[in-house]
Amino acid sequence: MRTSIEWMVGGQQGEGIDSTGELFARTLVRYGYSVSTYKQFMSRIKGGHTNYKLKATIQRNYYAGDEIDILLCLDKESLEKNESNLSKGALIIQEGTVENLIRNEEKQYDIFTVPLKKLASELGNPLAKNMIAIGISSALVDLPKELLNHFISEIFEKKGEEVIRTNIQAVAKGYELTTNFLSHLVSPLEKADLKDQLFMSGNEATAFGSLMAGCRFLSAYPITPASEIMEWLAKELPAVGGTVMQVEDEIAGICLAIGANYSGVRAMTSTSGPGISLKTEAIGMAGMSEVPIVIVNSQRGGPSTGLPTKHEQSDLQHMIYGTHGEIPRIVLYPSTIEEAFYIAAESFNLAEYYQCPVIVALDLGLSMNKMTVPSFNSKRVEIHRGKLLTEEELKLYKEDFFSRYRFTDDGISPRPLVGMKNGLHLTSSNEHGEDGYITEDPELRIKMMRKRLEKTKEAMIQEPFKLQSSTGISPKEVDILLVGMGSTFGAINEAMTKLNEQGRETYAHLHIQQLYPLPLEQLSDLFENKRIITIENNYTSQLLILLKQHLPIHNQAESIVQFDGNPFMIKTLLEQMKKVV
Amino acid sequence: MATMKDLRGDAPTWCPGCGHFSIMAGIQKSMIELGYEPHEFAIISGIGCSGKVSEYIRSNSFHTIHGRSVPIAQGVKMGNPNLKVIASGGDGDGYGIGLGHFVHASRRNIDMSYIVMDNSIYGLTKGQTSPRSEHGFVTKSASSENKEYPVDPVCTSIINGATFVAQGYSGNIKQLTHIIKRAIEHRGFSHVNIFSPCVTFNKVNTYDYYKERLISIEEPFHTRDAAIQSLREHHGLVTGILFEELRDDYQTKLGIDFDMQSVQSGEMDHERLTLMQERFK
Ligand SMILES: Cc1ncc(C[n+]2csc(CCOP(=O)(O)OP(=O)(O)O)c2C)c(N)n1
Ligand code: SF4
Ligand SMILES: [Mg+2]
Repeated sequence: MRTSIEWMVGGQQGEGIDSTGELFARTLVRYGYSVSTYKQFMSRIKGGHTNYKLKATIQRNYYAGDEIDILLCLDKESLEKNESNLSKGALIIQEGTVENLIRNEEKQYDIFTVPLKKLASELGNPLAKNMIAIGISSALVDLPKELLNHFISEIFEKKGEEVIRTNIQAVAKGYELTTNFLSHLVSPLEKADLKDQLFMSGNEATAFGSLMAGCRFLSAYPITPASEIMEWLAKELPAVGGTVMQVEDEIAGICLAIGANYSGVRAMTSTSGPGISLKTEAIGMAGMSEVPIVIVNSQRGGPSTGLPTKHEQSDLQHMIYGTHGEIPRIVLYPSTIEEAFYIAAESFNLAEYYQCPVIVALDLGLSMNKMTVPSFNSKRVEIHRGKLLTEEELKLYKEDFFSRYRFTDDGISPRPLVGMKNGLHLTSSNEHGEDGYITEDPELRIKMMRKRLEKTKEAMIQEPFKLQSSTGISPKEVDILLVGMGSTFGAINEAMTKLNEQGRETYAHLHIQQLYPLPLEQLSDLFENKRIITIENNYTSQLLILLKQHLPIHNQAESIVQFDGNPFMIKTLLEQMKKVV
Repeated sequence: MATMKDLRGDAPTWCPGCGHFSIMAGIQKSMIELGYEPHEFAIISGIGCSGKVSEYIRSNSFHTIHGRSVPIAQGVKMGNPNLKVIASGGDGDGYGIGLGHFVHASRRNIDMSYIVMDNSIYGLTKGQTSPRSEHGFVTKSASSENKEYPVDPVCTSIINGATFVAQGYSGNIKQLTHIIKRAIEHRGFSHVNIFSPCVTFNKVNTYDYYKERLISIEEPFHTRDAAIQSLREHHGLVTGILFEELRDDYQTKLGIDFDMQSVQSGEMDHERLTLMQERFK
């Protein structure tokens, strides 16, 4: 009996690798397992190696795993690139002329060659060849075939009876092959019954959370790994009276969204590094003119065009500081796909309440890979539209030109909607007085700067960070705190568990979700008397620098970085930890 | 009905004689004569001497950044289709840094008006060459006379599908007002380029220069080609409504029952959430 399975399909781009991986992943979700996935791909459409990795477990997991138990190779590179990650006793499935099982004693794996193409053609559907391999894989972990058949009927429903029938036959063929050739390798996966699970990517969760929070407009420009947010909302927004616009560039993307926000709409833009660079002037305008805007930045490998289809976390400082002059802003970074939904929803509340840009950071790992997520709770984040005035409230001000930037105790001025009868007002990117008119008066300037830059001080999301340790260890009393952000959550968490099991020092895992303004009070308590090790996917240790800038931790903090375009593996994390500790 | 007084905002700081004054007056007169209230408008301006117009007209105004009034204005209209949206700015703002947005707005045809105060120079930054400066134009920002040729704004919008294209002149406020009124009432993207002498820095394109050269037309050309041909023959110095075409604007074409502002504070829509979640199972 096994409690987890790590599986990968690899092949050339354009060969349906993604859909094969996704199908097997979704099958496992249907069986009640927790599934995490990771896709490797290149910046080209046809050709080039790509693979889809998954790990299914009986308990919740957040990491697609270091190893591979079953590797479905549809090209040569699949084995070359992944051989070092094969687990002991792994099985490799390869296209071959006849069914044949070969043992590699030295490396301790088996290769099963099988004429997938030929067998699928015999079934009358050459496209079903990958389905035979899914059948083999399912049989190897002893998944009951009936549910799989049911699932196939569901997903191929639109393609018709014939396609359903041949695919079901293909799966049956796979089960038969396992029985005939691989029965001694079958190792059943323990039954799981995780209920009410959703399977989605961070991009989908972000888009979904935004829609549920009342976002009705997105304007953006296509870019990996953020495009999916735009594409998802393009399908879903019209049903709720909204729309997506793909516009001429990222500057237009943010400018239209700011315009819509000015009109009183919850509107956003989504992009990646190159786009966020182009948006910086407009971010400054939103900060200065106090217009809400939500910007999603799904980070990828930089600098410049960099590694466009690879993972990195190197825009941190750009998101926090990028733009000339000084503006109020909030920068959030969900640690899981589940959190992406809620944090996206919260970002609209914060943007409207504080009337400033809110940047939601994602990274390629978080954006593009799917994971199981528990069903969302409609009560966790409520919609709060901040100090938006109604026509009735406006009347009470009795102003024939509304002072849009009036000074208040909390620095946040009430906001009429454009078009309201008593709400004529001026919004401006120039320094301005309470009425919005240009000013260069030094005293007024100082007051306005203070108003803007101090208003977000108290901004705080529901979960500014996640803090965990192993059972029996209080996270507040450990020797070493591992600190991360974004999609490294799963890997750091598992690494921490392993380190605690080794039983030398004690470890806790802190994952920061609110990067700016930092929850300083809580962090400073937490950091006391501990060694701090940030774990981040960039060269310059941007998270470490950020923490050092705000907290006196210079003699107790260091970092582990990786910037090769790939996410951390647990084994490399543990190796690096050995060097540091 | 609004009066001129109702539409007066901050006190203008333009140089006496600046062409921008008449353009602002033309916009204000149009608002009055069309019978709208100030709050039915949103005036979105860029940066330049011209960009200050949003502060000088009392309305809903947004004084934005250099070159981006057009995309911001389009977003405003998307957000609230009931507003009359006017974007305005200078020739540098619109045909230099903002040229890309202008071309795309022309072909997108969102229902708004774009009024450009074209003085063929960078006024606010004190007299550098603009993308509208003539070949051979001499300014302090170039080491020799201008070796480039000017952008042709109206041919650009005509050729890129704008559904209303007109040209006016600060010295003819009557025609100007007529044009702006028609532009505001036009359903779709209307582009109005207005020759607006900069009395301080442009010693070539003066009131006299325009008075001598401009010809005006009474009726729009029937085809885009005819408009372009005539403009070419007259070095672009033609005023009047050059071309108009009735075509569904962008939002009408989308056919969506827009309802973007009405999101209320309170719990998320539980039913929708439950329903939409199903597709992730
Ligand atoms: C991104 C950016 N670059 C440069 C400037 C400086 N700047 C302000 S106005 C202007 C040009 C103004 O010329 P135009 O748009 O023709 O307006 P005018 O003053 O002539 O009415 C420039 C370059 C700026 N504000 N922002
Ligand atoms: S510098 Fe030129 S454009 Fe600017 S206000 Fe003076 S005359 Fe007008
Ligand atoms: Mg100019």
